[in-house]
Amino acid sequence: MFSRDTWQEIFLTIRKNKLRTVLSGFTVSLGILIFVGLVGLTNGLQNTFEYFFSQDATNVIYIFPGRTSIPYKGYKSLRQIEFENSDLEDIKKDFPMFLEYISPRIFRSALVKYKEESNNYTTIGVDWGQQFAEKTIMMKGRYINQEDVKNRTKNAVIGRLVEQDLFGSMNSMGKYIDVGGSVFKVVGVFQDDGGDNEERQVYIPYTTRQLIEKNTDKIGQIVIGFKEELGYTGAMAFQRSLEKYLKQKKFISPEDENGFFVRNVAENLKQNQDFAGVLAIIAALVAFGTIIAGIIGISNIMVYVVKERTKEIGIRKAIGATPRSVISVILLESVFITTISGFLGMILGIALLSSLGNTLMDDYFIRNPGIGTGLAIFATLLLILFGTLAGYVPAKRAARIKPIVALRDE
Amino acid sequence: MIEIKDLHKSYKMGSNSLHVLKGINFKVEEGELVAIMGSSGSGKSTLLNILGMLDEADSGSYDLDGIPIKNLNETKAANYRNKFLGFIFQSFNLINYKTALENVALPLYYQKMPRKQRQEKAMKYLEQVGLKEWSHHLPSELSGGQKQRVAIARAMVAEPKVLLADELTGALDSTTSYEVMELIQNINDQGNTILVVTHEPDIAQMCKRIVHLKDGVIVKDEKIKQVRAKAHV
Repeated sequence: MFSRDTWQEIFLTIRKNKLRTVLSGFTVSLGILIFVGLVGLTNGLQNTFEYFFSQDATNVIYIFPGRTSIPYKGYKSLRQIEFENSDLEDIKKDFPMFLEYISPRIFRSALVKYKEESNNYTTIGVDWGQQFAEKTIMMKGRYINQEDVKNRTKNAVIGRLVEQDLFGSMNSMGKYIDVGGSVFKVVGVFQDDGGDNEERQVYIPYTTRQLIEKNTDKIGQIVIGFKEELGYTGAMAFQRSLEKYLKQKKFISPEDENGFFVRNVAENLKQNQDFAGVLAIIAALVAFGTIIAGIIGISNIMVYVVKERTKEIGIRKAIGATPRSVISVILLESVFITTISGFLGMILGIALLSSLGNTLMDDYFIRNPGIGTGLAIFATLLLILFGTLAGYVPAKRAARIKPIVALRDE
Repeated sequence: MIEIKDLHKSYKMGSNSLHVLKGINFKVEEGELVAIMGSSGSGKSTLLNILGMLDEADSGSYDLDGIPIKNLNETKAANYRNKFLGFIFQSFNLINYKTALENVALPLYYQKMPRKQRQEKAMKYLEQVGLKEWSHHLPSELSGGQKQRVAIARAMVAEPKVLLADELTGALDSTTSYEVMELIQNINDQGNTILVVTHEPDIAQMCKRIVHLKDGVIVKDEKIKQVRAKAHV
């Protein structure tokens, strides 16, 4: 079947029918190219989603205080809810199997000074767990630790840009800065992938912040890192029981949605993943449609090829071509063209995607578009397979034409 | 060589049936040069197509060199055509993107003969029809007479039992026709059996026997004194 003669026969017909060959090859190449491109771009979009969520930990629940909207147990509505140190302790005590860490976040804007340089920055009073929630990366020194919190030390961890603003090219480590009137020692410098804003922040122990503010025990927001083994459903269950627990503790009506707000990163991640998943399904449908269109394109061309070669088939049959040889010559030609142009389109598509790189990141949120080689090859083989099947029908019909009928064809 | 008995063939034309061959009986011995004559619609081409296994009869028997030709599947018919028969058509029916040599070698390709051997043999037959120098030309570069010679070489190359020619001079002027007939006569002189379908009396006169066909039956079957084409060239 694959003798030199067969190949010669195929090359000869291809060379004699350049336009036909180019047209059918183009259809196939384009089909695969669009498929690879579409899947690659969708992957790029998904990469972006994942990138956004990789900025912060995903096993985190944020709790923000709010105002009640329903009177409950003698309390009027519109009561401002505040969290206190005891809330942290109670959550720690009552949810040990869910908890990995817990940290408050007390946001205060403050003028920060070092010698002649000064600027306004956000200071955040935190516990050690906050580092994991934010995925803060330490460049120098260390983060706020348990000792700092316990001893209410005046240690501060500053962002990379804070150091740059205040210290220029100097090393800030061990230097003393003025934060809103109190002197803090710089014990660490951090960087964060979350952007410039996050690198213009100053972390201090939350207990120190409370001490400065007349020894209050209010803590602003609560950040809870739960165990990753919980998974999505576990996280949702944890969130539900936590909400119930806090409502009870703070005397908030079970129906009141405004006493405090909960942001569960796991839930957000799930929603975004679902969204990206739907997007991927739509893109897959379109890509699949392209492949189908490619297959239809090949079958059309095959029908045309057979029509055009009817007389030739008649001549060949009159001088002794068997149906089998008629089919194989037509099919091999189509398989050959489809294979070559299919892989050409695939390689072109992959090359195009890799040349794009991150150039579409800013405007179209497409990051590192690409397609698995396995999938690309699979799609190409699929097109070849179905192209062959599609070609087989007209080829079979051609082989069945009576030579006398075929010879009469002009 | 050829023996047919009570051959019938009709074509369906919509609701009507057109009875083309109404019981043909005839015999061709080895080495004969037979002309089948008749006006158009007499059924001569249908008869030739059935003899050539390009078409099937409705009833009757057909033996080719003792082999009954009946109920052949496509593959078997193809093999028989390849081995037993050589076709020469009015419109030459060469494959237009193949050279003269490739066209002649094609039947041998279907016999799965090795390439080299095939080309040598094809060249030998091209030489016999006087076109050795034209072997690498495409049909479009050849004259009508040359094309028909290539077709004759192609019909001969598989060394068939019978050559079947359908109006082989129909597309040629008279001088070229006679040249082609001279070639046919020479091939017949070597002992090959040839059947020629024609409606031209002068071509028929160059055969050794004329079978007259009218309205699907043989009306006359006569041995004649052959006119040598050479005298006309």
